[in-house]
Amino acid sequence: MKKKGAEILVDALIKEGVDVLFGYPGGQAIPIFDALYDAKELSVVLVRHEQAAAHAADGYARATGKVGVCIATSGPGATNLITGIANAYLDSIPMVAITGQVSTPYLGTDAFQEADMVGISRPVTKHNFLVKDIRELPAILKQAFYIARTGRPGPVLVDLPQDVSRAVLDDYEYPQEISMRSYKPTIVGHPRQIQKAAELIKTAERPMIYAGGGVITSGAHEELFELATKLNAPVTLTLMGLGAFPGEHELFMGMPGMHGSKTANLAFQEADLIISVGARFDDRVTGHVGSFAPKAKIIHLDIDPAAISKIVRVDIPVVGDAKNVLAALNKLVAPREPSEWNETIRKWKDGKLFSYKQSDKVIKPQYVIEQLYNLTKDSDALIATEVGQHQMWTAQYYRFARPRTFLSSGGLGTMGFGLPAAMGASLGLGRRTVVDVAGDGSIQMNIQELATIAINRIPVKVVILNNEYLGMVRQWQEMFWNKRYSSTCLRGGTLCDECKGPGHCKIAYVPDFVKLAESYSIPGFRATKPSDVADTLRQGLEIEGPALMEFAVANEENVFPMVPAGKPLDQVMEEL
Amino acid sequence: MNTRTISVLVENHSGTLSRISGLFASRGYNISSLTVGETEDQSISRMTIVVEGDDAIIEQVVKQLNKLIDVIKVIDFEGSPVIEREFILVRVDSTKSSRHEIVELADLFGAKVAYVGASSITFELCAPCDIINDFIVLIKPYGVKELIRTGKVAMAQARK
Repeated sequence: MKKKGAEILVDALIKEGVDVLFGYPGGQAIPIFDALYDAKELSVVLVRHEQAAAHAADGYARATGKVGVCIATSGPGATNLITGIANAYLDSIPMVAITGQVSTPYLGTDAFQEADMVGISRPVTKHNFLVKDIRELPAILKQAFYIARTGRPGPVLVDLPQDVSRAVLDDYEYPQEISMRSYKPTIVGHPRQIQKAAELIKTAERPMIYAGGGVITSGAHEELFELATKLNAPVTLTLMGLGAFPGEHELFMGMPGMHGSKTANLAFQEADLIISVGARFDDRVTGHVGSFAPKAKIIHLDIDPAAISKIVRVDIPVVGDAKNVLAALNKLVAPREPSEWNETIRKWKDGKLFSYKQSDKVIKPQYVIEQLYNLTKDSDALIATEVGQHQMWTAQYYRFARPRTFLSSGGLGTMGFGLPAAMGASLGLGRRTVVDVAGDGSIQMNIQELATIAINRIPVKVVILNNEYLGMVRQWQEMFWNKRYSSTCLRGGTLCDECKGPGHCKIAYVPDFVKLAESYSIPGFRATKPSDVADTLRQGLEIEGPALMEFAVANEENVFPMVPAGKPLDQVMEEL
Repeated sequence: MNTRTISVLVENHSGTLSRISGLFASRGYNISSLTVGETEDQSISRMTIVVEGDDAIIEQVVKQLNKLIDVIKVIDFEGSPVIEREFILVRVDSTKSSRHEIVELADLFGAKVAYVGASSITFELCAPCDIINDFIVLIKPYGVKELIRTGKVAMAQARK
């Protein structure tokens, strides 16, 4: 079949099952958008900044499990995608990013809006391609999707010069099959390694399960549940893993690490066996690596051989897909009765994983999350977050019950992720309600997307915990930098005189989030008293379409517990 | 610092070298030498990389290389018998009186004269790396004007 390059791209997107994509046009991408104009099978969402296109594709992928797609033009359009691509890379999210590029004769000449995208994106993509010849295009697109979604998933960038997108291929046919001699991910775990793991499990007295995003990626939550309940093994989930095991289950210990539960962290230090599934021993989880899990043997199940023994030494590595390996392992392990170990965990947990001091005067941010949980737990709503204190409180107090219901930037920690990710997720799930929990700092990083949300009537509910600070950095400044709040107050600026702190400040806070929402024709609500929290949430959630809810929360509330960076996990600070 | 020789079979297309060198740079691994060229199969290039690092670093290097999409195979030569060679060109000061002595020394190493100038001689030598190193040490006192090393290439001995 005779097709132009851009038409081949559109055909490939449809054949790969893409139904929604996120983009922003520009000179070198006009042929691509021209071809998209006729594609009735594809819904093209025009964002207001390319970074948001990448995050929206990312949110779409996290919520649906499918490959997210974003498109931008060459030069600044393409470089604006980079943060979103890096974010997807660190969280192993399947994504294909298409960038327009200057025509091949101009490559390398510093042409107008030219940026070396293959060079710039190399360290933050799983793989990338520069298409120099239209004859290569069908196979490259097939490979891009294949690489993005298989093995340890990740973003793949395809840089498409304008002349290639306009060139004509006479005998186009989209490849049916794909086989790459240089890329063959291991799916099935080695039976002998799985056998060894089962034997080690048999002898363990204090086993625990430490699971991460890999469980969600491979859809292994049921197998994980079977293993945990069969062994009566307590479970901790990383930030990326939240939702992979029911948050209200008695075996659940919450998130581990820096702002994790004391129960999970003490369990690491006392366990004699850690079964790690699809998690990568991030520094925010292990604390000081040398004193991490001193009494434990470690079984590490991971699809990425390079993740094994990268941070901590592992006793039994099993390379393979989590669902596949856990299913095989479940057949080999015998049920284990609850023991003294379970009793110890129960005592540590003491009925709750996290706690804070409630107030009847000022809204505590944790209270907003608790109320949000109560109001949404029986619905099918998803929760997204930005990055900072509000993200940690959400991870602590929202008891996620199902996989793919929590969308948060784990590895890169990207402020501005939540709002565009929420809209991508909502559209991927047929306009599902998605709540974006945000701080007043991070919501402003991609706030322009309120326009995209408003125009397309996407049911994204923005919950802003406004403490008038960049709260997480302020917390570190309070705890470790002598309370010198350098550049973290969002009320003040260069015109401030001597600062007497919040409550004494004469400068008006900007923006007025409620008015801002209204200027986008999004209903806005504000709560300033604890007694208003539930009603305000209810109003925003019940209204059809998007809404913004602002909560004036305690300015200097801190996230606890906290294990300071680089300290052992049993050195938990529970208050100042 | 320990060094280790690994051989990497990669897809022979543009950008592959930058992926490999970029991986070393971004993860802080040190390369002592890197050579690259086509193999018996034109679509495959072979790199011989000499890496600095302890066992844990080498293990990560090998795993991270394997993770690159364009990498077909990584061979770690540790503990297996290999044929290894390096090639050098070296231009040495020579006068009428020293020329004979220098050529005699080069002869002992099997180095060949590549060019003779009025005040210098250029040698070529293909040999295992340690022999190359020895030759350079002994020729240095005569005044080395210019030295080029290709870096090591290595191949496992055929199975018997």
